Amino acid sequence: MSILELQRVSKVYGEGDTEVDALTDIDLSVNRGSLVAIMGPSGSGKSTLLTIAGSLEEPTSGDVIIDGARVRGMSRNDKARLRRRTVGYVFQDFNLLAGLTAVENVSLPLELDGIPMKKARSKGMAALEGLGLADRAESYPDQLSGGERQRVAIARAVVGERSLLLADEPSGALDSVNGESVMRMILTACHGGVAAVVVTHDAKLASWADRVVFLRDGQAVDETLPPPSPEELLNPDVPKPSLS
Amino acid sequence: MSIRHSLLALLSEGPKYGFQLRQEFETSTGDVWPLNVGQVYTTLQRLERDGLAQSDDVEEDERQKNYRITEKGGEELSRWLRTPPDLSEPPRDELVIKVLVASRLPNVDVFDVIQVHRRYLVQLMQQWTRMKEDESHFDLAFALAVDAELFRLDSVVRWLDSADGRLRRVSLESVESTMDSTFALPSNRRRTGARR
Repeated sequence: MSILELQRVSKVYGEGDTEVDALTDIDLSVNRGSLVAIMGPSGSGKSTLLTIAGSLEEPTSGDVIIDGARVRGMSRNDKARLRRRTVGYVFQDFNLLAGLTAVENVSLPLELDGIPMKKARSKGMAALEGLGLADRAESYPDQLSGGERQRVAIARAVVGERSLLLADEPSGALDSVNGESVMRMILTACHGGVAAVVVTHDAKLASWADRVVFLRDGQAVDETLPPPSPEELLNPDVPKPSLS
Repeated sequence: MSIRHSLLALLSEGPKYGFQLRQEFETSTGDVWPLNVGQVYTTLQRLERDGLAQSDDVEEDERQKNYRITEKGGEELSRWLRTPPDLSEPPRDELVIKVLVASRLPNVDVFDVIQVHRRYLVQLMQQWTRMKEDESHFDLAFALAVDAELFRLDSVVRWLDSADGRLRRVSLESVESTMDSTFALPSNRRRTGARR
């Protein structure tokens, strides 16, 4: 089942002589449980695609459908509710609130959604436990390492029953071992039924995805082939990677 | 891949039988480098000839012989580990040559050529990453060997990205230099690019 659908999405900034096509006719469908990476150089439209997919921005034309709901025509309140309940974001710089502990940061979106504090906290704790951070729940962001901060940010993005996880260069300035564990966590969320879109220029991160879409000047120019099925892997005629 | 020094390394852990060395060699490289069995026994004989290892000599069968490392073998191993391989000469890289050739040919879209290779490399990286995904059978030697391959492929992708950027810049500059500076920029340039 498709959690995110972009149908012929275009975005134009400015008008007349200063007009810039940020995105042109993007079609993208992300199913429950799948991880899609969007790769492209700076200025290719990756971040614009992500903000539109998360309903933070309106496309100039085309449609965005999140978990079966068409975003076009929704009231501001409905959109805000959709974002709180369905969509989780992970940013490059983690965006944790400095004055709140880890568990307060994680449960904040639930509290904003009107869930009683106690219940929100217990869901927040569960999300932190799932990422191996239960013992850091009462720490403030500045007491956490970079890797821990990013894990808190992922816990916040998947807390409750979010079905869509959107991540913009989620490994930020982390070293490659920590970057890998960030991708492992996103993948674990996908195995739990979340659909995820990660934008990155890093091929090592993108290689964790089921599908990699290449973006160039606002257009999806290419994508990787679907991964081989177990039957194909057992077929001796299908080439496999090897170190020789 | 030096079988000779890998065998010395295994022997530095203690005396071992031929068949045991063969097995341990395969597991110590994370099973990613296929091995010619005959080479192991030939190499052991050479190590003995060169005084780097000693066998107990009671058995005729290489598999049954017990080998130990000599002092000279220990010194050779230590020297080898600390000697950087020769990376001073750039390898003749087929991909680099293809992109260089494509960039000169008038009827070839070099960006298309670059993208074909980029996609292939990322797909290959996906296959390697998938092998690493299953942590339940974590094998340190395998993870290190796979990481090395991922970094190598990643460096090629990054070279393609930088070649792509450099070639685009050059093609834009050549368009601009053919126009009078008082003219407006070509419309395709004005319209491409995106907000970050």
